Amino acid sequence: MDPLGSYKSIISARATDKRILKRCQDGGIVSAVFIYGLENNILDGVIVADKEEGFRPVPKVATTPEEVLEAAGTKYTVSPNLSVLKSAIREYACEKVGVVGTPCQILSLRKALKYPVGFRHMVDKVKLLVGIFCMENFPYMGMRIIVEELCGVRIEDVVKMDIGKGKFWVYTRWGEVKSVKLKKTHPYEQSSCHVCTDYTAELADISTGSVGSPDGWSTVIIRNERGEEIINKMIEEGYLERRPIDEGKFGLGLLKKLALVKKEKNMKEIEHRKELGLPVPPDVCH
Amino acid sequence: MEDKITVAHVQLSSCCGCLISLVDTYEKFLDVLNSIDLVYCQTLMDAREIPEADVILVEGAVCLEDHHALEVAREVRKKGKTVVALGACAALGCITRFAKGGQMPKPVQGSFSSLTEIIRCDMAIPGCPPSPELILGVITALIKGDEEYLKPFRRYAVCKCESCGCDLIINVVNKSLCMGCGICSASCPTRAIEMVDGRPVVSPQLCVKCGVCSFQCPRIEI
Ligand SMILES: Cc1cc2nc3c(=O)[nH]c(=O)nc-3n(C[C@H](O)[C@H](O)[C@H](O)COP(=O)(O)OP(=O)(O)OC[C@H]3O[C@@H](n4cnc5c(N)ncnc54)[C@H](O)[C@@H]3O)c2cc1C
Ligand code: SF4
Ligand code: SF4
Repeated sequence: MDPLGSYKSIISARATDKRILKRCQDGGIVSAVFIYGLENNILDGVIVADKEEGFRPVPKVATTPEEVLEAAGTKYTVSPNLSVLKSAIREYACEKVGVVGTPCQILSLRKALKYPVGFRHMVDKVKLLVGIFCMENFPYMGMRIIVEELCGVRIEDVVKMDIGKGKFWVYTRWGEVKSVKLKKTHPYEQSSCHVCTDYTAELADISTGSVGSPDGWSTVIIRNERGEEIINKMIEEGYLERRPIDEGKFGLGLLKKLALVKKEKNMKEIEHRKELGLPVPPDVCH
Repeated sequence: MEDKITVAHVQLSSCCGCLISLVDTYEKFLDVLNSIDLVYCQTLMDAREIPEADVILVEGAVCLEDHHALEVAREVRKKGKTVVALGACAALGCITRFAKGGQMPKPVQGSFSSLTEIIRCDMAIPGCPPSPELILGVITALIKGDEEYLKPFRRYAVCKCESCGCDLIINVVNKSLCMGCGICSASCPTRAIEMVDGRPVVSPQLCVKCGVCSFQCPRIEI
């Protein structure tokens, strides 16, 4: 089995719009796709993770490119994006909804699309699922301890956080950069992430993350026709620039390795929990 | 003539919302009507006796002080090859769990049980009401014999007779399984679930015990 799930192609890409590049996490793929969708009538509302004071994530239905831009960038804590799914359809009256989510959120949405028990007239209105790679997430207070205690930065001063090169990085509005070894952040991880075996959002239309591409670029996994159509159009029309994915050890090799590490490590945890007689998630994406 | 499956819709103690949900599929409902043979549905057609049918969809809880309701429940079991508890009142009790009698014009009627507690059901569908698309999905799967799709409803019929928003806390949050996707919160018809720090917080005042949230949670086996 491919550790990346099923897909049509993988590329490296980044947004061309300077406004996106200024605010996004990596290559700005998520924001670029959503803005392209909104501007070209492919989408009329997108569910994103905005933030409040203290880097608290807030799920939001964005209907304009400006709102998408405001919500760009990774929040390394749980943002229950799907909690506004019904509101996107009912209150915002969106008929073409795009959703960004971590692999577990994408899986949850796929389940709701298959069994929409509590979602009247939703299924045909969800048009695009964009997944972001994810090894693990942190509860809000866990993230705060990493920032404030391990990195010594007040949460109010943080403009960006990032994970890369084995470290958790914190950027302040004063231009300072602090970091801590990822090993030290493990105790603050959300424990329910340890029974998740999906690194690359295998059930999304498009999945993206930083691993596998150079700094400032994103790896983009195009999984189906829906995803392919929009990415191809964006490249043709100049919204995205692309380069071939590095097939080597630090490109696709690393991505596959990390995806496999997550599967193996967390399958062990699942087995361990079973031995203890504890419940485990249903077998959907192993 | 091709053999269409015969379907009956029977209403017990309920608001008729589940039937309305089915009809809410507009033109798709017409497609359904073309692919099944609707043999009994008091709201939509004139048929007095519940006939034998391949599938009987039963909406509503069973009032134990109402002999007629108990007889209907037994009759349904006898006449239906497949009995489906349609919607949360029949499947799980839902808002009828709060009933305690004392209301006019039938003050003595105060004890309601889910259909799944009274007779053996072959399938149970939670939701208040289940969405039109879901009901269509189930009927389509029944027509096609798609057992993979029907599996969770078959399981619900045998293992679940009641539900509550707090099940999420016990079965997911307390078990270190909740990762905070928020789908439970969005699915709740009464907005009883607020996400706080990435976890569901359920308001017992608002919960109507429809079971949608637990069904929708991807971290519970359904
Ligand atoms: C918890 C977490 C762990 C991650 N781990 C990895 C990893 O191990 N390897 C890797 O390559 N990439 C990882 N990523 C993805 C990476 O950080 C970027 O989000 C991704 O590359 C998209 O960047 P972008 O520039 O294309 O998107 P942007 O244009 O910056 O847009 C990002 C979008 O994601 C949304 N978002 C931000 N935070 C969250 C959240 N917590 N939940 C849901 N949606 C959110 C934003 O609202 C925005 O719409 C992780 C992301 C998260 C949230
Ligand atoms: S919390 Fe809401 S969805 Fe869950 S059982 Fe109660 S009413 Fe239904
Ligand atoms: S649906 Fe999502 S947020 Fe709700 S209990 Fe399940 S995992 Fe947690």
